[in-house]
Amino acid sequence: MKTEYIALLMLMGLVVITALGMLVGSHFLSARRPTKVKSTPYESGIPVLGGTRERFSVKFYLVAMLFIVFDIETVFMIPWGVSFRQLGLFGLIEMLVFVLILLVGFIYVWKRGALEWD
Amino acid sequence: MTLPLFWVFGGIAILSGFMCITRRSPVASALWLIQTMFSLAGIYVLLDAQFIAVIQVLVYAGAIMVIFLFVIMLLNLGRTKTTDMVGRPGQITSLVLGTLMTLELFVLNKVIPAEQFRLPEGTMATMTDEMGAVGMIAEPLFRGYIVPFEITSVLLLAAVVGAVVLAKRKI
Repeated sequence: MKTEYIALLMLMGLVVITALGMLVGSHFLSARRPTKVKSTPYESGIPVLGGTRERFSVKFYLVAMLFIVFDIETVFMIPWGVSFRQLGLFGLIEMLVFVLILLVGFIYVWKRGALEWD
Repeated sequence: MTLPLFWVFGGIAILSGFMCITRRSPVASALWLIQTMFSLAGIYVLLDAQFIAVIQVLVYAGAIMVIFLFVIMLLNLGRTKTTDMVGRPGQITSLVLGTLMTLELFVLNKVIPAEQFRLPEGTMATMTDEMGAVGMIAEPLFRGYIVPFEITSVLLLAAVVGAVVLAKRKI
């Protein structure tokens, strides 16, 4: 256990206190005079068009899935970048192979038109 | 200092895990799951696995949770009243599964790990001081475990192809 993390722990405590303070404070201090207009969900001043529980297109899921894959690729790149000098040319070639294999996936996604939004 | 913090994080993890499986609203469940993952990140820091802790927050509490919320949106799970564990079969299934997992925990607690999985106390701390929290991961990952590392990219490639095939069936 490192002492540097004490600051992080203090921040966490502060966040919890602030969040609870906001909730409790607004619960006790606010004046509540609800009207029909006030109770409607806020949609940037535009009248509400319908329910929020609509079915979303699967296209969003595809984007999220692709994001995760390339996100994890980046996760592997972080330690490589940090130890780049120690790993040298060997590490460079290693990472090149890794990225090239994933590049095949990227080209596949591109050619299949999975990045097109229609 | 480490032990009380472990109890705090472990307690939060168990509590939020319990809240996650008992909430009716799927979105509330997902938020409790984020809380569980954050507490696990705290436990990773206590185990001197700082890089894993950061990845836990970035990938699990960030990216994977977005996927979960997307699934909730896609399946249009509003506030459903019923669960799939209902009636006598559901009760029996959950009882059997719960008992099995509790037994597994007891067994895991008793088992002494093999020699190569045990490190002398303080190894992680000294290695972190020598190479840094990230360098400690990089050295074995890119030298000792080069083949698993390269195969990971094939796994990710399979995930990309699978996602595209499933979601873009029409073209």
